[in-house]
Amino acid sequence: MKKIQGAIIIDIDRCKGCSLCVEACPLNLLHIAMRKVNIKGYPYVEQINEMSCTGCANCSIVCPDACISVYRKKCL
Amino acid sequence: MTKDDIIQPENLVIKKPELMNDTVMHYCPGCSHGVVHKLIAEIIEEMELSEKTIGICPVGCAVFAYRYLDIDWQEAAHGRAPAVATACKRLWKDRLVFTYQGDGDLACIGACETIHALNRGEKITIIFINNAIYGMTGGQMAPTTLLGMKTSTCPYGRVPELHGYPLNITDLATHLEGTAYVSRQSVHNVAAIRKAKSAIKKAFENSMNGIGSNLVEIVSTCSTGWKKTPVEANEWMEKNMFEFYQLGDLKDIKQ
Repeated sequence: MKKIQGAIIIDIDRCKGCSLCVEACPLNLLHIAMRKVNIKGYPYVEQINEMSCTGCANCSIVCPDACISVYRKKCL
Repeated sequence: MTKDDIIQPENLVIKKPELMNDTVMHYCPGCSHGVVHKLIAEIIEEMELSEKTIGICPVGCAVFAYRYLDIDWQEAAHGRAPAVATACKRLWKDRLVFTYQGDGDLACIGACETIHALNRGEKITIIFINNAIYGMTGGQMAPTTLLGMKTSTCPYGRVPELHGYPLNITDLATHLEGTAYVSRQSVHNVAAIRKAKSAIKKAFENSMNGIGSNLVEIVSTCSTGWKKTPVEANEWMEKNMFEFYQLGDLKDIKQ
């Protein structure tokens, strides 16, 4: 049983698809969405397997456009 | 537990800093400028100086920095940001004054202003983004371009006989009497970003406490100018740039 559960919100209209967060995620939970673009025409990042996220915030720290908000909660 | 249970205000770990507004930044995908903007916004928020900060914009990619952070900004002529910062700090002694300059602005056209402002010991912080080329104008050779590095104006690589040697302005600044804190950092991974944040914070605290002039160099990438993806650009920087531009605190008069 996991002790900490995390969740992220990605502001897809700010995202430019640089994929630095994809590299930074230690659990490889992020990927660039296939064949989808945002309002600016950039491919954007998506989270897969959401319940595995631990909320380590690495993705948010490396994001140059500050698109990712991270939430973390202890499991009781 | 569902995602909605976790996404509650009390569980927030990190989000876009309050001082950074909703304007989408014009920088290329993966540009180091965005990370440094974010760090500056976070530090000013932590120091509670949002009403007391004056940033000086350069000419270069960061010329529009005033659009993204909700603090007072002043645009300077090309390379003259340290001179403008000197005036601002001398007139408003209680303000945090910093310049934000790229390598073309600081090390080339503004080398004179930079060296003299640092040597006078002005109570300012200079944040120096060094990506070894002129990013905004199309990837031309800059004074900081590494030997052998290919740019659009030296397509066969920089050779010292023709182009001279790279200028290491941060090492130069350590020899000036007026500088209090000189550091070289990078923002290519989480550990480096945390170190860069504490270096910028230390420099800001020094300038608020009136301790000499402070220079923080951030070794950065320019994925567009280097013609690489952001991830490849970070790898290239780790492999090639850090050899010549070694990271760490180069001078700290408090120690």
